[in-house]
Amino acid sequence: MAKFQTLKEAVAENLFDGDIAAFEGFTHLIPHAAAHEAIRQGRTDLTLVRMTPDVVYDQMIGMGMVRKLIFSYAGNPGVGLLRRLRDAVENSWPKGIEIEEHSHAAMANAYEAGAAGLPLAVFRGYKGVGLRDVNDNIREITCPFSGEVLAAVPSVRPDVSFIHAQKANRRGDVLIEGIIGIQKEAVLAAKRSVVTVEEIVDDFDDVHPNACILPRWAVTSICEIPGGAHPSYAHGYYIRDNAAYLEWDKIAADRDLFREWMQKNVIETGPSVFSERIALLKENK
Amino acid sequence: MELNFTPDEIMTIAASRALGNDDVCFVGIGAPSAACNVARLTHAPDIALIYESGTIGTAPDVLPLSIGDGELCDTAVTTVSVPEMFRYWLQGGHVSVGFLGAAQLDKFGNINTTVIGNYNNPSIRLPGGGGAPEIASSCGEIFITMKQSLRGMVEKIDFFTSFGHGDGGNAREKAGIKTKGPTLLITDLAIWKSDPETREFIVTSLHPGVTRDMVQKSCGWAVQFAGELEETPAPTELEITTLRDLQARTRAAHESAGA
Repeated sequence: MAKFQTLKEAVAENLFDGDIAAFEGFTHLIPHAAAHEAIRQGRTDLTLVRMTPDVVYDQMIGMGMVRKLIFSYAGNPGVGLLRRLRDAVENSWPKGIEIEEHSHAAMANAYEAGAAGLPLAVFRGYKGVGLRDVNDNIREITCPFSGEVLAAVPSVRPDVSFIHAQKANRRGDVLIEGIIGIQKEAVLAAKRSVVTVEEIVDDFDDVHPNACILPRWAVTSICEIPGGAHPSYAHGYYIRDNAAYLEWDKIAADRDLFREWMQKNVIETGPSVFSERIALLKENK
Repeated sequence: MELNFTPDEIMTIAASRALGNDDVCFVGIGAPSAACNVARLTHAPDIALIYESGTIGTAPDVLPLSIGDGELCDTAVTTVSVPEMFRYWLQGGHVSVGFLGAAQLDKFGNINTTVIGNYNNPSIRLPGGGGAPEIASSCGEIFITMKQSLRGMVEKIDFFTSFGHGDGGNAREKAGIKTKGPTLLITDLAIWKSDPETREFIVTSLHPGVTRDMVQKSCGWAVQFAGELEETPAPTELEITTLRDLQARTRAAHESAGA
């Protein structure tokens, strides 16, 4: 049953060293505030899962918190490559990182299978693709009815998933709007889930009957963190901070500059800075 | 010969002409996005553009910076979850054309966007495949667009991110793939079509002002030219104006948003 908590409490109670954790968001509603809290609490030895690891995964990798990354596209959206991830893969700085790389189709199927309580995902894919040679978790399975050979990957079942959403109501139900990505599956596939939201409203009486809602009994913890997706965006609340993504490319290019930036902007701050960061980015509602 | 357009512009416009009004097109990251939207704003107003973030039938007023910009969702017919996108719409066989870019490409349309060098010890770690591996195998056919360079167009790619025609001939069939795969390549210098037998890309049309030598000098494999080589028609007034307006709107929007 969803519990309303501070982000500090939610991370302390739900994310542990050595966990398999997903901080999901498909270019939208990326849970930056939650990841920054995890960085402040110094979690380590994590296996991080995400379809599109971007800036916030670059930060956690650069801080040495990550043992393994399971992913399908690692880039700074609209800008280029992830420089801290590259430094870890190419030069083992600050330490080496194990990678398990998939395609989007495989990851999407694997999350969905996790949400469905299945041990594996089956789909038509990976034909002729080089990842089959470098990832032991990409296998084949023969359809017992048609004989067709299909791709199989293990389902994704995180210990904990973090997502950001627009709203929770006072009961603890969560509403996700716009590009909904893989967030519903990430929450349902995980043992525990933490949802940061832009605001808490009285009820969802005015919401469309087919809206994407996670009922209160499917969520572990809810934290109200306005701006918690910055520098990504929250549809209906604020737009992407494109300048921040460009700036990250420069910060992440240099190890010392990176550490300085993390110290000043993450370690020495708290979740309340996010509402200030979106002050000039708000949508006209 | 004086030209009133750039190589980038003719590339985008020639690529846009390949799309039809009835196409359902899965739009790859980067260069394809401009071409697909120029098609929609000129000769193919009803084309259904799909981005992998789940936006179906989108009609952005400015080009997105990433495949998940809010603009894509705001202007879409519907926005679905990512698993629905890949399972029902792509794997289900509802997409007629996949339009991809490439960091590295070979003459059989195999694409690498994963690593330069060895996978386990790469000299450059690129972002990876994202949706491309299954876009390449599930869409009816594949169009590719990229700028020519010796680094980009190579005899042998370092990693098979997505499968084109393998080592040529009936390689797709042998791999168990039923779709057509890469049929068309549009570069900043020429239009290339996949040979029906060998499956190698053959130059069928040179853009205005381009010579065979220019095409060969910026391509890492021995280029085959069609017997009857055409000249790509220059951009029309409508095409060039549409593209430039789109790019100007895009620049203005992204500068004001982030500054």
